[in-house]
Amino acid sequence: MNIFDRMMLLDRRWVFLSLVIVCVVSYIIPFQIPIMVTDEVESIYDMIDTLPEGEIVLLAMDFDPSLLAELQPMTYAMAEHAFRKNLKVIFVTLSQNGPGMVDQAIREVADSVRLDRTYNGVFYKGKEIVNGEDYTFLGYKPYFALIILGMGQNFRIPFPSDYYGTALDSIPMMKGVLNYDQVACVVDICGGNVVDAWISYGQGRYNFKLALGMTGVMAADYYPYLNSGQVVGIMGGLLGAAEYEQLTDNAGLAKDGMRVQVFAHLLIILFILMGNIGYFMSQRDKRKLGR
Amino acid sequence: MRRQLPLALVFIFGVFMIVQYFVPHEYSEWVYEFLLDWITIIGIFALALGIYSLTHVSMGKIRNRTPNWQYAIVTMLGLFVMIYFGFTARTGDSWGLYFVALVALTLGISSLTWGAVETQASRRKIGFAAGLGLLAVFVLVAVFDPSWKFYFYTSEGLQSAMFRNFFDYIMIPIQSTMFSLLAFFIASAAYRAFRARNILATLLLASALIVMLRFNPFLGPVGEYIAQTANWLLNVPNLAAKRAIVIGIGLGIVATALKVILGIERGYMGRG
Amino acid sequence: MEFGTYLWTTFAAFVILATFSFLYKDNPFYKFAEHLVVGVSAGYFVIILWHNGLVPNLFHRLADGDWYLLWMNSSKPWYIIPAILGVLMWTRFSKKYSWVSRWPLAVYIGVGTGLAIPLEMSNRVNKQLYAAMAEIDWSNFWGSRFLDVSAGYSDIIIFVGAIAALIYFFFSKAHTGVFGGVATFGIWILMIGFGASFGYTVMARISLFINRIQYMDNYWVQTAFDTSNPNFHAGFQILFWLLVAVLILYIVREIMAHLKTKAQQG
Repeated sequence: MNIFDRMMLLDRRWVFLSLVIVCVVSYIIPFQIPIMVTDEVESIYDMIDTLPEGEIVLLAMDFDPSLLAELQPMTYAMAEHAFRKNLKVIFVTLSQNGPGMVDQAIREVADSVRLDRTYNGVFYKGKEIVNGEDYTFLGYKPYFALIILGMGQNFRIPFPSDYYGTALDSIPMMKGVLNYDQVACVVDICGGNVVDAWISYGQGRYNFKLALGMTGVMAADYYPYLNSGQVVGIMGGLLGAAEYEQLTDNAGLAKDGMRVQVFAHLLIILFILMGNIGYFMSQRDKRKLGR
Repeated sequence: MRRQLPLALVFIFGVFMIVQYFVPHEYSEWVYEFLLDWITIIGIFALALGIYSLTHVSMGKIRNRTPNWQYAIVTMLGLFVMIYFGFTARTGDSWGLYFVALVALTLGISSLTWGAVETQASRRKIGFAAGLGLLAVFVLVAVFDPSWKFYFYTSEGLQSAMFRNFFDYIMIPIQSTMFSLLAFFIASAAYRAFRARNILATLLLASALIVMLRFNPFLGPVGEYIAQTANWLLNVPNLAAKRAIVIGIGLGIVATALKVILGIERGYMGRG
Repeated sequence: MEFGTYLWTTFAAFVILATFSFLYKDNPFYKFAEHLVVGVSAGYFVIILWHNGLVPNLFHRLADGDWYLLWMNSSKPWYIIPAILGVLMWTRFSKKYSWVSRWPLAVYIGVGTGLAIPLEMSNRVNKQLYAAMAEIDWSNFWGSRFLDVSAGYSDIIIFVGAIAALIYFFFSKAHTGVFGGVATFGIWILMIGFGASFGYTVMARISLFINRIQYMDNYWVQTAFDTSNPNFHAGFQILFWLLVAVLILYIVREIMAHLKTKAQQG
């Protein structure tokens, strides 16, 4: 067995171990990388940033804990941005383990908004965000397509009361908020086919401004909707989240994670190269033997 | 009744929904809103089927002592305990006899189940006696302990500490870690399967490499070009490819839906 | 962080390590974590469906009358109909009556497909076709910078590429001659698209692992040594080292077992 055959027949556990080592070591070493902002993320930021105070943003967090790595940072960055701008947020989740994610997000974002902070040179005084006045959490319902359509008629059809059991009519910020017409924009942060329903059944039928935050696996598939104007912008994976953090000047887990990505990607590229070199060399040997 | 009525129902409701979209009217809107509401409720009942089959499979494993049946107990305990937490909440800051009640209830139900499946008569008696005794302890605690209560009709349970802790410290870590194992499998797949065998594979490889390198700050001036190329790749050729796929999927959905409404596709009915 | 919370965090760290141990090989720790999460998620789902589904959408609506008359003097008694249809779904378990469950299913499928046809046609097919026919920017044909997305040639590639990729999926005609040439261009475009998706996917998967490192560091390791925490407790470090010891013992045991089998083979 020559070195090239060995290169191709490495036990996969060595691959695993090297990935662990590269990720942990580059995580421990403190350094920063610059994040270049793309148009598709900047348009989402601009959409939220230019909304007048008191407008309502519908933030749909349609993901389970399994995808929190990419989607939680963008949710946090976006929710904090909205609260700092004195916007009101309606949280909703159409994913079955989503309620706990939203519940946790509200607690953690509230902790962060409580602190005095300066972002992009503007000072924001810490404040308490109040359930029913600054935000409402509608909760979860199954069968997302029907729920998205139902909310287009009246939020009270699928959600007679919010997650905590308060009737929607007795929530101050929901007074006069009937359906998507009273909502400035919808942001769907998702990791599954719920997003197709938001595009076809929600935006397609009720014509609201829709922005998407999604996992890297899906992101490339939704560019046609960006080009056709059906969605305002796309935040793809951890990089999209890092770009949003960069724009809001609120560095969090995403920007911290991207620096590790750089080395992890280099390692994966190295593996691809190793596999290919081994492959071509063994092909060459085979051809020689064949002759 | 068995086959014709479902076909007719699908046709009537399907056609109604299509007509309603193109010809919105006050009355049709009213029916539309009702349907959206009702179907959700029907659906919730349907989802209970999934929970039933999980319980059924796990109990079957325990009863038949199939390999690794002990882990089925872990599953059932997780299910049961989570439901218990979701229906109970503390009334103040003290836990009182909350966990005593939980243990009594869990053990009580377990011994009753054990008694029910056990074949030997004397063991059955022990199982039933112990089960009833433990349940009596549970009822006594539930009635006389003021520090916690059952809430079936209001959602205090959703905010109870144990319910949240089980979500935050069991569901989130395990689910996200299980999914993160994919990081390793994609590394190993990239190493084993990603070969530039022909021109198509090379195109795929090149485009993937460019997208992977787009945020690398150590490439100097080349990095800038790679970032721009990646952006162009995503917004131009990738867009064209994905647009074709989107249109194809859209046509596929519409064709299948038409077949279902017209009764050509009847797979959803199952056999019989 | 308080001691109780740190106890939970340590348990979370334990199940994370248990799950990762699967990478080495399947073992009881992994099986425990796997089965636990299945049960807990199912229980969670039951509670969410109850408190967020049945109670607000059905029970509250039926129960606004006198409780002893059940739903009969409720202001919305008709909500009993979806409840009955829902219960009919459960006839699936009976061999004899399972055909009854087709009725509610048929209503659901009828509504679902009827909704899908116009909306999917308009939003996936029509709007994408309109967008594909977008005007080509001839005045800025070569673009203003390297690989300009808004340049005219990019518009042409988007248009031609989408058509060619659609032609590739058209199998009713043999891929030969000009048709075959266009189809080949289509598959090239598709491959570039799949490559871009793959590049993104690598980032997505790696970030899942990075997030686990961040969690372990931020919540578990750092808290154990964070003396500035007002609730700091010596128990934090005891728990921390306890789990580290378990981990090291496991690794040592595995190495010993490995060496032993090697010695026997050798």
